[in-house]
Amino acid sequence: MSGHMRQRRNFLQIVARALALGLMTPINVFAAIWNKAAFEALKLDEASNQLNVEVEIVSQEIDIIAPDLAENGAIVQVEVTSRIANTESMAILVENNPTPLIAHFTFTHGAEPYIVTRIKMAETSDIKVLVKVGDQYFSNTKNVTVLENGCG
Amino acid sequence: MVVANMTDFNVDNMKMRAQLKADGITEVKVLISHPMETGRKKDDFYQLIPAHFVQLLTATLNGQLVLEAQWGTGISKNPYLTFRLNGAAVGDIVSVTWHDNLGKTATQNIAVTPA
Repeated sequence: MSGHMRQRRNFLQIVARALALGLMTPINVFAAIWNKAAFEALKLDEASNQLNVEVEIVSQEIDIIAPDLAENGAIVQVEVTSRIANTESMAILVENNPTPLIAHFTFTHGAEPYIVTRIKMAETSDIKVLVKVGDQYFSNTKNVTVLENGCG
Repeated sequence: MVVANMTDFNVDNMKMRAQLKADGITEVKVLISHPMETGRKKDDFYQLIPAHFVQLLTATLNGQLVLEAQWGTGISKNPYLTFRLNGAAVGDIVSVTWHDNLGKTATQNIAVTPA
């Protein structure tokens, strides 16, 4: 009897979890789930893997505007534009930072694939931008020389 | 009356502007007061300062999601963000909400104005 109850409880828990997961899926697409594995990755390639990037195509249709030389790595302004049609998301990575993934932006309902933000750079490094279009990933890089460490 | 400081996020936490430009694109600028601590920095007593950073920022236009940003610790202190929207009209409402890793959150709404 108690075994039956336990089975029933387990079953209900499984159903509840499945429902929760089912409900989570649409939220996952837009919001609420922070990609912990990608943001905590210590190497650029590992971060890319956690973003499910398999093949990257280098594209000059991604514009990265950042200074060639940054006096202070604590604040480096970066402007990123994707001119690739149907851009869904853009990730900004700094190869030589302790955790390379800086930010991941997803655009919907008429938002332009365009971002200006300010990032920290620990040392001289490439800034890499990864753009997702359907199942494909495009990338471009821009090197920034950093005079003063910005990660503290 | 509560005085705003680094740990007390109130309505003054965000400065926002949304301007409809001549080309039909609305440019939204957001400035947030936030320490964005990486968790790797030490204080004057050589103690690690715990990580404290904005993890998620979402923007809506008239209630519809337009931008989702996931951030790590590499966004600079007092985060700055510009993004651009198509199809917004003067008077439309842009809303920005952020959540940090310590469960703090803030939201601000602003109407689109002509440039």
